[in-house]
Amino acid sequence: MATLPDASRTAGRATISQRTLRTDKWWLQPLITVIVLVSFVIYSTWRAFSNANYFYEPLISPFYSPCLATSCVEGSTNFTPFGGWWILSPALIILIIPLGFRMTCYYYRKAYYRSFWQSPPACAVSEPHKKYTGETREPLILQNFHRYFFYLGLLLNIVLTYDAIIAFRNHDGEWFHMSVGTVVLLANATLLWMYSLSCHSCRHALGGRLKHFSKHPVRYKFWTVVSRLNTRHPMFAWLSLFGVALADFYVMLVAQGTIQNLYFF
Amino acid sequence: MTYTASMRVWRGDDEGGELVDYEVEVNEGEVVLDIVHRLQATQAGDLAVRWNCKAGKCGSCSAEINGKPRLMCLTRMNTFGEDEVVTITPLRAFPVIRDLVTDVSFNYEKAREVPSFTPPVGLEPGDYRMTQVDVSRSQEFRKCIECFLCQNTCHAIRDHEENKKEFAGPRFLMRVAELDMHPLDTLDRKELAQDELGLGYCNITKCCTEVCPEHIKITDNALIPLKERVADVKYDPIRWLGSKIRKRDGL
Ligand code: SF4
Ligand code: SF4
Ligand code: FES
Ligand code: FES
Repeated sequence: MATLPDASRTAGRATISQRTLRTDKWWLQPLITVIVLVSFVIYSTWRAFSNANYFYEPLISPFYSPCLATSCVEGSTNFTPFGGWWILSPALIILIIPLGFRMTCYYYRKAYYRSFWQSPPACAVSEPHKKYTGETREPLILQNFHRYFFYLGLLLNIVLTYDAIIAFRNHDGEWFHMSVGTVVLLANATLLWMYSLSCHSCRHALGGRLKHFSKHPVRYKFWTVVSRLNTRHPMFAWLSLFGVALADFYVMLVAQGTIQNLYFF
Repeated sequence: MTYTASMRVWRGDDEGGELVDYEVEVNEGEVVLDIVHRLQATQAGDLAVRWNCKAGKCGSCSAEINGKPRLMCLTRMNTFGEDEVVTITPLRAFPVIRDLVTDVSFNYEKAREVPSFTPPVGLEPGDYRMTQVDVSRSQEFRKCIECFLCQNTCHAIRDHEENKKEFAGPRFLMRVAELDMHPLDTLDRKELAQDELGLGYCNITKCCTEVCPEHIKITDNALIPLKERVADVKYDPIRWLGSKIRKRDGL
């Protein structure tokens, strides 16, 4: 077990050699985070590379939407700026956005710095690293670009909302039908919106950057609402992550014929 | 209900020290500070401890109890099992003076590095006018009792003594945020926060928030908003372009 780094021992601090004197299960939270995130990464990598079973009229998996290459299965897209030269799975194009968005998210940063990088693993438990520069330099200083991913993420939310709306059709393309798939895609889009709206960059852009709320009553209102959502950002971060995986999983099961997409009407 | 508790208290000074075991009486409703006082009164007359209000308001009695940075006067004994050994140590990020007393002057040095409130030139005290909505956000930060538990727990300095030079710590970056949000403050403190006070050292892992006895949301309401403000001026090419075209100061 690591002990305190040398510099910290010699600075006249109390000589206590244990890494921590905490008696609770401080390691549990980071452990759960690692297990959940690793499972998600394995699942999504497998699905992103599989390049199959992501579309069944009118349902499209969020991992493959929008589908931007001509190799996308028929009916899943009519916008293919990447044309025919893109030979890898089309999911890999669009997944850059949610990946960048979540990697730079203030909440996920906390989660993976603590669990994967152990910096720190828990409060008042010393970290195993000799040196620490935090986000002062490359590459971690790039976390400051979170806001760009936030804006791109909004565009993606619009597309996924559109996907949920066109899921109000049946397999033959007729409107005003609703299936379990419709509910799944709607839930996914809703959770993604909640995740984006509760984002710290969103809170900042809507009003946080102002000095005088009194001069901007409307933005102040927005800021107040988003601030309230913001306190639940970690919850939305997890729920929307599960939501995306579940939506993809459902579409996969339907597309490969394991289950029927049950229609309510 | 009275029982005998097993306590371990770190005794020593900057030359060295160790955890010493004590058996001591505990009565209903008592807090850790009561027990430390009973120790002083009955079996360790020379035990050094700093305290003042015994009401969670002066910020003097910060220590670590079973490894968790807390105020001794706000930690009730009934949160521990009667057969549980309760360990008390001084704050681990600051030089120890004796027993549970540490030298927290690092924090006063850092406090002096934050330029004080700077109202517009010519505006005299007494003429300050501001609306409640403009100040309520930073009022949360005024609840701070200067206990320095956040400073002690922040891994950027707790685990890395060498960063103390560069990094002001959560309490003082929160002060910068407070002033940057203040409707009458005229200094632009964003570059200062990033370049002089080491905001980049914070990796928003929220331990300061976790230990703050005033429950100030330091990370969510001060440090992250400050990082966003810094990103506005330093890492946002679009805003940078915009600011060249039209001045956006004083929003
Ligand atoms: S959130 Fe930042 S300032 Fe607070 S303890 Fe963590 S690293 Fe330190
Ligand atoms: S911010 Fe909280 S933890 Fe930090 S010094 Fe103030 S009261 Fe103590
Ligand atoms: S998405 Fe988490 S802070 Fe922006
Ligand atoms: S004695 Fe004042 S805060 Fe504990």
